[in-house]
Amino acid sequence: MSYRQARWIEPLIFEKSRPGVIGYMPPSPDLKEREIVGDPYDFLPSGMRRRRPPALPELSEGEVVRHYIRLSQQSFGVDSGAYPLGSCTMKYNPKVCDEIVCSPKIRDLHPLQDESLTQGILEVLYHLSNLLAEVTGMSRFSLQPAAGAHAEFTGALIIRAYHKVNGEGGKRDEMLIPDSAHGTNPASAAMAGFKTVTIPTEDSGCIDVDAVESAVNEHTAGLMLTNPNTLGIFEREILEVSETIHSAGGLLYYDGANMNAILGKTRPLEMGFDIVHLNLHKTFATPHGGGGPGAGPVGVVKRLEEYLPVPLVAYDGSRYYLDYDRPLSVGKIRGFYGNIAVLLRAYAYIISMGVEGLEAASELAVLNANYVARKLHRNGSYIIPFYPDSLVKHECVVSAGKIYRETGVRAWDISKRLLDYGIHSPTTYFPQIVDEALMIEPTETESLESLDRLVEAMIKVAGEAYSNPDLVKGAPYSTSVRRVDEAKASHPQTMCLSWRMKRTADQTSRRP
Amino acid sequence: MLEEVGLQDVEQLYMDVPESVRLKERLKIPRSTSEFEVRRYIESLLAKNRTASDMPCFLGAGCWNHHVPAAVDHVVGRSEFATSYTPYQAETSQGLLQALFEYQSMICELTEMEYANSSMYDWSTALGEAARMAARVTGRDELLIPQYTGPERVAALKTYTEPAGIRIVRIAQDSHTGQVIPEDLKRKITNRTAAVYVENPSFLGCYEIQVDLISDLAHSKRSLLIVGVDPISLGVVRPPGDYGADIVIGEGQPLGNHMNYGGPTLGIFACSESRLLRQMPGRIIGLTSTLDGKDVAYCMVHQTREQHIRRERATSNICTNEALCAVAAAVYLSLMGPAGLKRLCETIITKCHYAMRVLSRVDGVKAPLLDASHFKEFTLNFDYAGRSAAAIHSELLKKGIHGGKVLTEFPELGETALYCVTEVHSRRDIDALADALNEILRGR
Repeated sequence: MSYRQARWIEPLIFEKSRPGVIGYMPPSPDLKEREIVGDPYDFLPSGMRRRRPPALPELSEGEVVRHYIRLSQQSFGVDSGAYPLGSCTMKYNPKVCDEIVCSPKIRDLHPLQDESLTQGILEVLYHLSNLLAEVTGMSRFSLQPAAGAHAEFTGALIIRAYHKVNGEGGKRDEMLIPDSAHGTNPASAAMAGFKTVTIPTEDSGCIDVDAVESAVNEHTAGLMLTNPNTLGIFEREILEVSETIHSAGGLLYYDGANMNAILGKTRPLEMGFDIVHLNLHKTFATPHGGGGPGAGPVGVVKRLEEYLPVPLVAYDGSRYYLDYDRPLSVGKIRGFYGNIAVLLRAYAYIISMGVEGLEAASELAVLNANYVARKLHRNGSYIIPFYPDSLVKHECVVSAGKIYRETGVRAWDISKRLLDYGIHSPTTYFPQIVDEALMIEPTETESLESLDRLVEAMIKVAGEAYSNPDLVKGAPYSTSVRRVDEAKASHPQTMCLSWRMKRTADQTSRRP
Repeated sequence: MLEEVGLQDVEQLYMDVPESVRLKERLKIPRSTSEFEVRRYIESLLAKNRTASDMPCFLGAGCWNHHVPAAVDHVVGRSEFATSYTPYQAETSQGLLQALFEYQSMICELTEMEYANSSMYDWSTALGEAARMAARVTGRDELLIPQYTGPERVAALKTYTEPAGIRIVRIAQDSHTGQVIPEDLKRKITNRTAAVYVENPSFLGCYEIQVDLISDLAHSKRSLLIVGVDPISLGVVRPPGDYGADIVIGEGQPLGNHMNYGGPTLGIFACSESRLLRQMPGRIIGLTSTLDGKDVAYCMVHQTREQHIRRERATSNICTNEALCAVAAAVYLSLMGPAGLKRLCETIITKCHYAMRVLSRVDGVKAPLLDASHFKEFTLNFDYAGRSAAAIHSELLKKGIHGGKVLTEFPELGETALYCVTEVHSRRDIDALADALNEILRGR
């Protein structure tokens, strides 16, 4: 289990700059254009002319490429190794999907082109919407949101618009959100103007149905929930929850971050949800890009269709078009129609996998998570709350609380030490309701051998916590750099957020 | 494995899912397809598109056709970047963090601002977030925006600001010069004005030249100044930090990102001082050291502003952003350097003015409509052409040329379209446009 990440001593690209070097030569105007126009600066009012050129780096193409290739080597992706980052579904991204989006037929398409020239992409988007509708049971999808959180904001706006049209706009201003929810849920609800009401999790690891019942009233706008929840546990009483919310006049929002557990087994519609988002960069295998671009399509049941953002991709039997004529729509939520290159990858993924592939993906994802949970449970170093009373679904949350109390080694230290074994850390300290939480989502694309390595590494680190706690607290050792001083990074006296701040700081410190 | 977890078959993995919510039928999705077939099928669909490389296309209006240097695609294709996620574990993500730090640094240099985040979704959502941020910082509830702001952008802005109770008020712009009318700004700015928003170049392609006056007016009422930019123009155009911008936003797509039918895009977001920094949305990367002090290192900073810590009290809900597009922008700007960017701007200005020159020779066409200096976009007016802008647009399409965006949203500008010319337009493309317009209008 030895591992060593690349370690370059790579300065900032600004520090490698040499005046006068240029890495890319833009095209020049031709002779006639120059002759007719003359000096381009005649057309730039002197008051608007830049006095000092921007201090951008000056390097040759080869130097730029070397610099960034070295930086890439000091990064860790799914293609580098196991990445069991819970709730993020870091599954393998099939390369054919990346290849398809390199086509100039998509890259060079402008969003305002005449619809007669964009029938190909509109057809793809239309089919994709329908496939997502089938996967979730929703009646119609908007593909526009750029990410899960963007989708949640859109969904919260739909809930707001729905109550407004029903004459309850001002009154229904409370959004119910479980304490185990992703942080984006309360943040999105608040952005859409809602007060949030936190619902506790009960001893089974599921949402407290009684608490939901006592929380609902005439101010309830809706409930945001993910199922399976962030503990990886399926909310068995979901129909009771949806019944409670609906009879109080609220709507149910499905945070689709955990959809990878249930493809083809159950759907948000069957569970009583009204609005759904899917993270295509999670469930549908598009690359996460180091933090985006992703895509978070939003789907709704029939009675909420009219509130979806404009435009929607529509088909009139002979041609595909963008439908803006939707008077009750929440409006536009971004400039154009979505992260198209991401949507196209997801479409390729779904049709490659087919129905049996999607079902198998969920089954394997759940099997893998249970396998890891069982092995760790049997070892006993980590406590898995609610297990084995409940199966887990696509992920399991283990607590390093016992290790912490007995050795002083924290979940954070364990995460860092796992990096030394070439494994990306699980999500750490989330959900916040579990003490010293490590949230593990292996996904379906890890082999049995890879799962065994993950379990072995976790058990080994737990052992190290007892035999040599300082070893774990000092980790990592095999990454490009040793443990990073994050407090210093955010401290007002030492923070440095750009090259210009570094330049200034360096000059000040050089002064006698 | 099933045995290990104590189950007999795969279906038992779902025994905790109540029968009442189980699907009774299989999903109606076609069966799996081989890699070769998937590729052939999708390529056959995409082949129906006719793109800006299949025909001269003069569209801009928020998404711009610029050449993407080969080295940019090469770097962002590196799967250590592409298949990673938000760099929560700094030690194993130093390369990505450094690339994003360099991106932030380059945005600061371009705009002459102190702080930049590591990306928003696009220009329009950056505008929405900037408005909300200005309202939080000032405790006020109005945003002044120019009359001729891009319609898509304004629509998204309204969606973002309405729940926060922020009112959008339009400042009049002169329909002959495209400039903000200062008297109207003076009339409308009050102690409820959280911020004044201007764009440079404006949506209609010309520079707003009274920026110092606008900045003074905004600041005299203790309002913030938000400036929207096309980052390419900053190779030669005065940066907003130079005229007192408090927040700078813009569209980073032209910096090494393909048009992709409008997405992914890259929202630029920067601000000028630390009191604003605390209210800035989005991820920010900082330079620090390792705990042992031996190495320079990078990590995410000020996460206490963000949703995963602050939940409903976060500055924004943004989580997944457009990191890989920001890496593309960093590579693009490194390749360009100040000299490359300047040269690119000179080419763009020359070609754009060449286009206006030859188009204005067409009988019945006014290019530009506005009496102002332009960067890469300009208004083409057909009031004296005897045909509507839309009709001329259709005729051009028949001749294999894609004209600019017809500005139906601003009826006071008459029969006008917004055209865009960049380094990708050859003189032949521009001449062909002029010839086609000549033929269309002569044939009336």
